[in-house]
Amino acid sequence: MGEIATLTDAVQALVSDGDVVALEGFTHLIPHAAGHEVIRQGRRNLTLLRMTPDVIYDQLIGMGCARKLVFSWGGNPGVGSLHRLRDAVEHAWPVPLELEEHSHAGMAAAYAAGAANLPFGVLRGYFGTDLAERTRVEAIDCPFTGERLAAVPALRPDVGIVHAQQADREGNVQLWGITGVQKEVVLASRRALVTVEEIVDVLEPRPGSVVLPSWVIDAVACVPGGARPSYAHGYYERDNDFYVAWDEVSRDRDSFAGWMRDHVLEEGRPAGRR
Amino acid sequence: MMAVEASRRLTDRAVCFVGIGLPSLAANLARRTHAPRCTLIYESGTIGAKPARLPLSIGDGELAATADTVVSVPEMFSYWLQGGRIGVGFLGAAQIDRNGNLNSTVIGDYAAPKVRLPGGGGAPEIATSVRDVIVMLRQSRRTFVERLDFVTSRGDKVRVVITDLGVLEPRDGELTLTKLHPGVAVDDARASTGWNLRVADTLEETAAPTPAELAALRSLASRR
Repeated sequence: MGEIATLTDAVQALVSDGDVVALEGFTHLIPHAAGHEVIRQGRRNLTLLRMTPDVIYDQLIGMGCARKLVFSWGGNPGVGSLHRLRDAVEHAWPVPLELEEHSHAGMAAAYAAGAANLPFGVLRGYFGTDLAERTRVEAIDCPFTGERLAAVPALRPDVGIVHAQQADREGNVQLWGITGVQKEVVLASRRALVTVEEIVDVLEPRPGSVVLPSWVIDAVACVPGGARPSYAHGYYERDNDFYVAWDEVSRDRDSFAGWMRDHVLEEGRPAGRR
Repeated sequence: MMAVEASRRLTDRAVCFVGIGLPSLAANLARRTHAPRCTLIYESGTIGAKPARLPLSIGDGELAATADTVVSVPEMFSYWLQGGRIGVGFLGAAQIDRNGNLNSTVIGDYAAPKVRLPGGGGAPEIATSVRDVIVMLRQSRRTFVERLDFVTSRGDKVRVVITDLGVLEPRDGELTLTKLHPGVAVDDARASTGWNLRVADTLEETAAPTPAELAALRSLASRR
């Protein structure tokens, strides 16, 4: 059941060293505060899953939390490279990082397969590219038409973490706007943690929303601003200036470490808040 | 000039998969000039987005707020893209070869890269699932290479490559220079290409931006 908990307790209870952890939110509702709590608790050897590792994964990787990254696009959207990710891949700093790389379509299919409790997802893709030799994908023949298709192994995280706008007091969750791959991640994961902007008495249905019933979630933590510097549709906008500024902060190991100390380790404030 | 030339390729009924940066500028320019009913789809799931200002990321709230509908990411890639509903896709890359294959994964060896790039993202399936791919890329010997360091996406559906120097289109499977922007010489294009560039018998010159295009560009830029 989606027990209402503090973020600290929820991360302590659900995330262990060595786990496969997915923090999702496709450009919207990115669970930054939960990622910061994972960093503060000093989790190590995580296999991190995320379609679009951006600033929060740059921070987790730069702080040495991850041994492996499964992803499909790793950059600072509209800005450029993730310097901590690149430093880990190019110079094994602060620890070596193994990559398992997919396309968006492949990774989305793998999450959907995980949610459906199937062993693999199927799509037209990969073949004719060099990605096919560098990742976990196999060719299968359609039993009906003989067409050659790509099979990607299902993603089944130990822990799925997402951010949403609202939960009610029973721990039912509603999110809306760009809903990304959050439903699939929660349903594919063995354990699920949801941070929310607010806890309300009644969830009013929103157009195009995703509702996750309490009984598919393990813990709900109320963390207003928990997606910053990403955004929460209807609550606050994306802090584009922060993403631009991150390029400079993260370029250098020392300035990165200093920023993390001041804004995450000591202050514990959501990043991007002025 | 790149955005203007790309926007002219979009018809009023075009359904296009748009990335951030130049493609987004081109598609929004088309929507404000000759193709007001052109449908813009961003991979975050927004179908029919009508942004008033140019987004920084493919998932800006503005895109969701102005979209006809917002779908999940798995739905976007399976029903809409793989389902064959999208006509035009824009791609960029760090490298291109003469067959229109693209690299956005690594420079150097995959296992020990010189530069680790963001990776494929939506590109591999956009490249194979849409009808026509438009590539937008600045032209230099660093980007127009004899041999890619990594094939991220296939070039079969690349119909046009628009650069800061001119326009290339496939002729018998090989990218061929067909247009130059005003003030650019053939030798500039040759010198900025890492292979022996094939040039069309009759080279056109790209028409300069019209007053309407310039006005729309300025209006988009001012709201950034």
